[in-house]
Amino acid sequence: MLDLSDYGTSDFFQIIKRRHPELLTTLNSSDVVQNPHVPESSFRTYEGTTVLAVVYDAGVLMAGDRQATEGYQVGERRIQKVYPVDRHSAIAVAGAAGPCIEMARLFQVEVEFYEKTEGVNLSLEGQANFLSHLVRANLGLAMQGLIVLPLFAGYDLKRQRGRIFKYDAVGGRYEEDDYYAIGSGGKDARSTLKKRYTPQINRQAALEIVVEALWDAADEDIATGGADLIRKIFPTLYTVTEDGVTEVPEATVEALYRDFIARL
Amino acid sequence: MSTPYYVSPEQIRQDKEDFVRRGIAQAKEVVVLEYRDGLLMVAENPRKTTFKISEIYDRIAFAAAGRIAEYEILRVVGIREAEIKGFRYYREDVTAKWLTNLYSQHMGAVAQAWDAKPLEIELLVCELGATDAPDGSNLRNNRIYHIAFDGIYSEEEKYAVIGGRATAITEILQQHYSDGLELTAALQLVTNTFRTVEADAEDDYEITPQSIEVACLEQTVERRKFRRLSTDEVTSLLS
Repeated sequence: MLDLSDYGTSDFFQIIKRRHPELLTTLNSSDVVQNPHVPESSFRTYEGTTVLAVVYDAGVLMAGDRQATEGYQVGERRIQKVYPVDRHSAIAVAGAAGPCIEMARLFQVEVEFYEKTEGVNLSLEGQANFLSHLVRANLGLAMQGLIVLPLFAGYDLKRQRGRIFKYDAVGGRYEEDDYYAIGSGGKDARSTLKKRYTPQINRQAALEIVVEALWDAADEDIATGGADLIRKIFPTLYTVTEDGVTEVPEATVEALYRDFIARL
Repeated sequence: MSTPYYVSPEQIRQDKEDFVRRGIAQAKEVVVLEYRDGLLMVAENPRKTTFKISEIYDRIAFAAAGRIAEYEILRVVGIREAEIKGFRYYREDVTAKWLTNLYSQHMGAVAQAWDAKPLEIELLVCELGATDAPDGSNLRNNRIYHIAFDGIYSEEEKYAVIGGRATAITEILQQHYSDGLELTAALQLVTNTFRTVEADAEDDYEITPQSIEVACLEQTVERRKFRRLSTDEVTSLLS
């Protein structure tokens, strides 16, 4: 017979932690905490990132570069760091690639599971708060150097505007009104956004400053990938508006980069 | 030593079946049928939030007739098991056949337990076939499974009906169903069928856009194929 015992919880993370802890090797890291003397360099992981979010007049734009590094080597050129969550939200991740992808995937399932079982969407605030718990659950691994930091953005249907949430390693949740960038190149991207950003900018202007910020991040930070015009690899860009989450087509991103380079 | 009562297994099964038939006879119907772009599901249900038709997974939907308390828990557990399987392997590895087996085993075990009441429910588990041809030329990949209270299930083609007057509705559909219907035509076929059946009924249940629940699994670019049609949308399709 089916086990009907956890009927009533809409929290997929709780269910999977209790029933299938083997599926949560990284986000269930209590065993790692018990042995905090694993030398950090005993295994190598993919990391390095610039991901950012910018609020514009119709919602919020989220973007991320595509490169993962392994020490001083390029580990992966086409990794995805921005993921749609539900119809009105998206998550971007920075840190150790494996746990990052797991967190993004689990978070997406969590939000969808809630929506399907309850019959209504989990509110944007609710999603942002839940993400705090996931970050906190990763604390053990964060102390080993396998940190995961998400950036979360969505369109708030009640307030009719885009919103951005950033997190610290212990799950603290902070809201940013205009823009934010995280990851190894985050500071460089933020410097550009600080100079270029104006409130209530339109979509085209937002796309342009995002491309410029990612360019500057890749220029200054060795772990951030730029636009690869030869292999045709470009950063991922998503818009989140009242109408949903839409990926900006690769051709559009390429055109934005070519225009930007022509202006240099 | 006293002699224990003897009841034959046939008698036990017959009693349980009669008990469930009486329960299901009261249940309003749900119809699923193939149309040009996917699977249309329609239920007689005037409620706004207690649904008979629901999304389970990317391509899989669930419909139930009978007692809501008994099928609601199966719906949620179905979503749970599907999400766990998809999280463990890959989203495309979650199939209606697998889910049907899961429900079937559970309902069969409950029906056979000597100290439990069989579930007074019937289920439909539907899956939209994977397609690379947007014209729907491989509609045959759609799957419809009908699960009875005792876990016995059957694979249906083109359409299936659950609920009290399933036989009467199936007979009408047999006469009027044709392949490749458009959404509007398919919806009209179902509502007309409901009207015909309701005309013979004693209660005055009128079939209006407000008194039916409509959803579909349709071939779109979205990952999640399930879509619930709003009352306004149903009104405009039927006008």
